[in-house]
Formats: sequence, C-alpha cells, structure tokens
Amino acid sequence: MVDQKNPDWRIVITGVGLTSPNGNNLVEFRENLLQGKSGIEKINIRYMGDVLAGVCNFDEFKYQKKKERRRGTRAGSVGIYCAHEAIADSGIDLESTDKSRIGIYCGVTEHGNVETENEVFNISQYDYDVKYWSHHHNPRTVANNPAGEISLNLKITGPHYSIGAACAAGNLGVIQGCQMLRLKEVDMALAGGISESIHTFGIFASFKSQGALAWHEDPEKASRPFDLGRNGIVCSEGGCLYTLERLSDAQKRGAKIYGEIVGYGVNSDAVDFVLPQPKGQTDCLKMALEKAGLEAEDIDIVNTHATSTPQGDIQECVAIRNVFGGKKNVWVNNTKSYIGHAMGAAGALELAGNLPAFDDKIVHPTINIDELDPECALDNLVVNQPKPVDQVNYILNNSFGMLGINSALIVKRFEI
Amino acid sequence: MTRDDVRNAVIGILTDIAPDEDFDGLKDEEKLRDQFDLDSMDFLDIVMELRKRYNIEVPESDYENLVTMTSCIDYLQPLLKNQQMAS
Repeated sequence: MVDQKNPDWRIVITGVGLTSPNGNNLVEFRENLLQGKSGIEKINIRYMGDVLAGVCNFDEFKYQKKKERRRGTRAGSVGIYCAHEAIADSGIDLESTDKSRIGIYCGVTEHGNVETENEVFNISQYDYDVKYWSHHHNPRTVANNPAGEISLNLKITGPHYSIGAACAAGNLGVIQGCQMLRLKEVDMALAGGISESIHTFGIFASFKSQGALAWHEDPEKASRPFDLGRNGIVCSEGGCLYTLERLSDAQKRGAKIYGEIVGYGVNSDAVDFVLPQPKGQTDCLKMALEKAGLEAEDIDIVNTHATSTPQGDIQECVAIRNVFGGKKNVWVNNTKSYIGHAMGAAGALELAGNLPAFDDKIVHPTINIDELDPECALDNLVVNQPKPVDQVNYILNNSFGMLGINSALIVKRFEI
Repeated sequence: MTRDDVRNAVIGILTDIAPDEDFDGLKDEEKLRDQFDLDSMDFLDIVMELRKRYNIEVPESDYENLVTMTSCIDYLQPLLKNQQMAS
C-alpha cells in the first residue's frame, strides 16, 4: 500500500531550464506572458515558402562546442541548453552527484523528420546517389537522440530515452520522470519535452494539406485559440526540462521547490487518428483529479492544450465544461496563443509558464481573442489581460495529441 | 594542384569538420588524431568532403593514407592534379 505522504513518494520540481519563442529562461518567459508578448514570426522554408512559426534564439554555444552541434541535431542542442539551465537553476552540483543515478526523459512529438528531409535534399544535389548520404544520419535520427545528446554532453550514465506521445509528450516526459523516481530507478530526473519541428517542411505541409495550418497577416496574431477567426496551428520549436527529485532528497539539500507533482492522468481516445474526443479528455481530467485526491473546484488554473484549430478548441471546451463547469474559482488560460504549438515541448513549457503563479498569484491570459467563439466561451477564461487572484494552490496542465493520446498533470504549490 | 594547394584543401575540410580547433600549428609529420580531437566519424567526414568537393573516392583500404598531413598530400596530390581548390 503506497503511503502518499511518504517524502520518498512525493516528487517535486527543483529546477527549470527552457527555451521558447518568447524567452530563454523562466523569468523572461513569465514576464512576456504577463506582458502579452508573442514570439511568432514569419520564416521561409524549403518547398513551403513563407510560413509562420515560433523560433527560439537561445545561444547554442553556451553549453555546446561547434563540432558537437555540427554532429548532432537541433533537438539535441535544445535539450542540452535546457538541461544545463535546469541543473544550474536547481543548485545541484553535478560533479559531486552520482551521474549513474540521473535519468533523462524527453518527450518528443516526432524525431528524425528534420534530419531525413535534410539528407534527402542533400543527395538530391548529387542525382540521388546514396553514397552521399551522411554516416551521421542514424545517430541523428534514432528516437532517443535528444536525450542521448544530453547524456553525452553532461556525461550522464543513467538511463536516457524519448517518450513519444505526440503533442502530449511534454507532460508525458514529466510523468515518466516522476514514476521513475517513485520506483527509485533514479535519484534525479531531467524530464520534460523538446521540439525541433519547425525545421521540417513536412509537418507544415501536412498541416496545410489537412487545412490546419494557421495564417494571419500579422504573425503575432496567427495563434488565436478560442477566437472566432482562428484558422489553424502555428508550429514552434522549444524545450523545457525540469529537475525532478524525491521530496526527501530535495529537502536534504535545502533545494528551492517550484511545486509538487500531485496527480496525473494519461489515457487514449481510441477513436480517430486526428480528431480529439471530449469523452477521452474528460476521463483523463477526472483521472488526474482522482490520483491527486482533489475535487474539480480545488484547481485554481487549468492551462488548456487548445491549438487554435476550429474543431479541436471546441472539443476541449466540452471536456473542460464537463469537469469544471460551474466551478467559480477555476481559471482557464492558454499559452499557445503566445508561442504557438511547441509540439513535444508544449506541455512542459506551458506548465512552466504558470508555475510562477504560486508566488505572484497572477493567472496569465490567453491572448489574441478579438471575438470569442461562443462555443469556447468558458466561464472563467482569462482573456487578453492577466488576472490577479487571492491564491494559487493547484495548476492543472492539459496536453492532447494525435492518435488520441491525452494527458493532464496537476502541480501543487509546495508547502511542507 | 601544388602540394600547398592540397594542404590548404585538406585544412579547409578539417576546419569545417572540427570548427573548434586551431589548425595553424598543425605538424605535417605527426598523426592528425594525436594533435586534434578527431575520431573515426570525422575521418569518414573527410572522405565524404573529398567526394563532394573534389569527386575523389577514397576506398577503405586507403584510409591509412589520411593519417598525417604529409601522407594526405602524398596520397591526394596525384588524384587532384587537374582540379582547382573548392571555394
């Protein structure tokens, strides 16, 4: 029988490292969320021409040598940056830590598309002669590449792998880290999500073929979940990794604690390749609440997944109403309205953007709503302007993905 | 190409493959791997760049010729005799 109050069972967040289209650390990211600052711009990509995307501008060489970057991938580079930043933020002295007891759990939506497209383009310059195909291709495209590059860079000899869960992967990375700590497989987890997806044209092309790629004359207005004029997804890159520890270990070293992971839900719709289902999402939210021992009204902030697609946003609102409808003090917001859809990093980044609310007691809004879609008019949707509140104790973070994967993560303001 | 041209061509490739290294002090008679952080994947990169830039095929049995700068120049100069350095 699990003792939920046992400090070995309780898992806490002790460090955050991130890069997003509008910030390369939590302070900058949070400030821009409160100021309503988007990070979307126009870029020009192979075969597609001009598209809108969230691009990160972290310093790739802050923690990587040029040769390392040349050999590896953008996702690896994002991961290495986030890992270093998280460890520095946590105050952990890595060199006096047993690195065989650190696990690296990276959620990714996809991996390998960028490198494969680049190689096919490369050999197209040589009449498709495969002797020009890079010997670096396989280590670049194995699914564990981002986590593996972190392991190589930091000389971490504990387990490392990717968790593939479409756009729920960021939450799933955190959940995996939490579970491995509870099992005592590791003593510290670097967990979260990573995306390099804007560097593939295929994802843009597929969303466009699906009628799901956003366009707006003003790039910063293109990602507009819940707005009547929304017309699709803005793809973004990014990364967010947390240092997770058992509470007992965090307290032993006097760690700063951002929050405690108190519940999560993961399930599958089992209905459609791409269309989300309110029933599966509803069940997932209830699962998370039950695991946390909470009622719906205990939640202070629900951060939605909503990607700005005409249909997907509506389906999520049905699920949210099913669980939180009528609960007066449950505030709802969205981060994709600022940074677009950061794919594998989305869940982890979107949670990070809300964590400072435990201290500053402000709910950041969802921006870019000029005319709220009546079908998305949730009771306590925080629209365009931040909302100060009395207290934030619980944040629930939704992330849903293709093939009907659903996840919800609940983090509690830490108190002993 | 002259021997100097070949040397510069190889330095050009090495500079792209190992951008953190300073090749100014490269000693031609000593093994490249003893002077710089170059592994077997890097040597495959050298072979690939020779192929891409100069259309030269280096069979695996000839890899030992790429061990020092001097051996590179000895091996490559006949193969590059009608070529210009890649820009």
